[in-house]
Amino acid sequence: MELLSGADMIARFLKDEGVERIYGYPGGAALHIYDALFRQDSVQHILVRHEQAATHAADGYARASGKPGVVLVTSGPGATNAVTGIATAYMDSIPMVVLCGQVASHLIGEDAFQETDIVGVTRPIVKHSFSIKHPSEIPAVLKKAFYLASTGRPGPVVVDIPKDMTAPTERYEYVYPKKVKIRSYNPVTRGHSGQIKKAVDMMLKARRPVFYTGGGIVTGRASEALTDLVQRLGFPITTTLMGIGGYPQGDRQSLGWLGMHGSYEANMAMHHADLIVAIGARFDDRVTNNTSKFCPTAKIVHVDIDPSSISKTVRADVPIVGAAGSVINEMISLVQDREPASPEALEEWWKTIDGWRAEREGKLYEPSKPGEALKPQEVIEAVYRATRGEAFVTTDVGQHQMFAAQYYKFAKPNRFITSGGLGTMGFGFPAAMGVKLNFPQDDVVCFTGEGSFQMMMQELSTCKQFEVGVKIVNLNNQSLGMVRQWQDLNYKSRHAHSYMESLPDFAKLIEAYGFTALKVERHEELAPALERAFADTNELVFLDVYVDPFEHVYPMQVPLGSMRDMLLSKTERT
Amino acid sequence: MRHIISILLENEPGALSRVVGLFSQRNFNIETLNVAPTEEPSLSRLTVTTVGDDRVIEQITKHLNKLIDVVKLVDLTEGNHIERELMLVKVKALGASRDEVKRTADIFRAQIVDVTPSVYTVQITGDAGKLDAFVQAMAPIGILEVARTGVSGIARGDKLLSL
Repeated sequence: MELLSGADMIARFLKDEGVERIYGYPGGAALHIYDALFRQDSVQHILVRHEQAATHAADGYARASGKPGVVLVTSGPGATNAVTGIATAYMDSIPMVVLCGQVASHLIGEDAFQETDIVGVTRPIVKHSFSIKHPSEIPAVLKKAFYLASTGRPGPVVVDIPKDMTAPTERYEYVYPKKVKIRSYNPVTRGHSGQIKKAVDMMLKARRPVFYTGGGIVTGRASEALTDLVQRLGFPITTTLMGIGGYPQGDRQSLGWLGMHGSYEANMAMHHADLIVAIGARFDDRVTNNTSKFCPTAKIVHVDIDPSSISKTVRADVPIVGAAGSVINEMISLVQDREPASPEALEEWWKTIDGWRAEREGKLYEPSKPGEALKPQEVIEAVYRATRGEAFVTTDVGQHQMFAAQYYKFAKPNRFITSGGLGTMGFGFPAAMGVKLNFPQDDVVCFTGEGSFQMMMQELSTCKQFEVGVKIVNLNNQSLGMVRQWQDLNYKSRHAHSYMESLPDFAKLIEAYGFTALKVERHEELAPALERAFADTNELVFLDVYVDPFEHVYPMQVPLGSMRDMLLSKTERT
Repeated sequence: MRHIISILLENEPGALSRVVGLFSQRNFNIETLNVAPTEEPSLSRLTVTTVGDDRVIEQITKHLNKLIDVVKLVDLTEGNHIERELMLVKVKALGASRDEVKRTADIFRAQIVDVTPSVYTVQITGDAGKLDAFVQAMAPIGILEVARTGVSGIARGDKLLSL
């Protein structure tokens, strides 16, 4: 029998759970835990410079690996600083366990120093939360936290740990709980066979079908099965922003991603479809545009592991509750040896889609010429080529995020790492850090903008301490580009607080941390800068690329319209 | 339409606030709420009445089911059920109205459970409609205070909400 203090139990549990790395920041209420971490060498602690960065780094790791990211913060401000990162993970269903120090039990409720009711604060943005009531329950509660975070529809779990629960003087028996059972939590895996059969019959009869798949394919590790199913059927497929890479984007059947800034052909195909097969996607407002005008002629099959996602915004004709992989595999077995009822109709459908592809060709942006400022789109394309399309790509939020999603073509899942649901500026850089620490052999690129980067740039210091060689591509348009785009379109170009006065000299800033920064101002400077930037995969390089500040993101759906109501350029309305 | 949803909830600190929080986060509405431990000490039973169309009620039950602390739930209004609420009403009872209060209480099969020279406290049980009618009947005499428990309910016949 092994007697351990609560703090040692936490360190020991993390090791037994297979956690290699956690991200955090110490403080009073977490000091016993930090001391336990100091006295072991199985779990590496990455000291960030702001707790929000700890959550984004853990989140980036979780998105790249599919395993839960782990965060350790102290009570009060440590925990509240983590809130934005918890909400980011919650909105995108990312597995995360956040351990928060708390003031000692006898002080709770007394407005003690650094006391915040973090379970209360985070209640709407967690999958579940726990408060430790006795040190002996630590192993069981942590096991439940990891189990809940990573099964079913994943999400963040907060564990609140009062300081006296980790006191070194109080020791209890430690046994790693191999099994976990929560009587009220039994996530479904298999879908209803009758419903799946019905869906497959509809798929084989459909004349204008479209697959519409989301993050559930990525978290459910179902992209191989999906690719198999889609290719057997020969249907077009569009993914959400979160589902990017769930199906190889370079393939002819891929229409790219859909929604507000999705591809023209994806949105047109959705609007004109007679059957939409949605898997692991949630019909959110950035996808559907106005739900009352959404896909007027389509029947909808909706597969999701979370019943509450089905028929939440758009009514499903065939709802199927189940894990994406299991349902897709069952669909594959039903599709085998069967042919679509009308191959001619499908052929006709592809002709229409190819027509849409041709229609938008060359309309979305005009490349720059030597001597001119670069277009942000072509910078993404150049980075795509420089990394052979194989990098992990993280983004911040705004125009650069949409451009990265549009012009970097992902062949694999878990490679495009972006805050889709919450839209958290400041996410990209710390997320890239979390990815790079765990995938040191790979190129990790963070596309950012000077607005977003300044929200988390203190993490340069973390990168220095832990030698994190991420590539930061700052698409510098000297303004909050997406905000300004909306102001151009809806507020007669009154640019209220959307431009950045007093930008720092980023090169000097980066050099102050001992890293390399390259400034790119004209077309011809990009190629040599990229060559330099990607010469050593483990060197942090910051590319400050001055891009055309007047560029807009297109296509853009017209607010309150249908899927097909899109602008393709500043002047043209389709 | 009005629905009565009965929930078996883990009897844990914070469980109730997750249920109540869900209603405000998702813009659902709570008309009445009633909660107490059950014969099984690890479980509470919570009954909530809410109003919404089928789509909203479907979302409410799905989101409730998603809460880890929710063990089981039933929408009682989907079948035959018994619905009861208890109300305590303090009414002015002076002069002629003393008899009037007593008579009305008898008609409603309510009991007077506390008496002072000027006040009767009446206890009444029934469905929400009956309690509303009683309040209406007493209003002209002079209601001083009303305490209602909110609706509790159970399915008729063999149907059970249990583990």
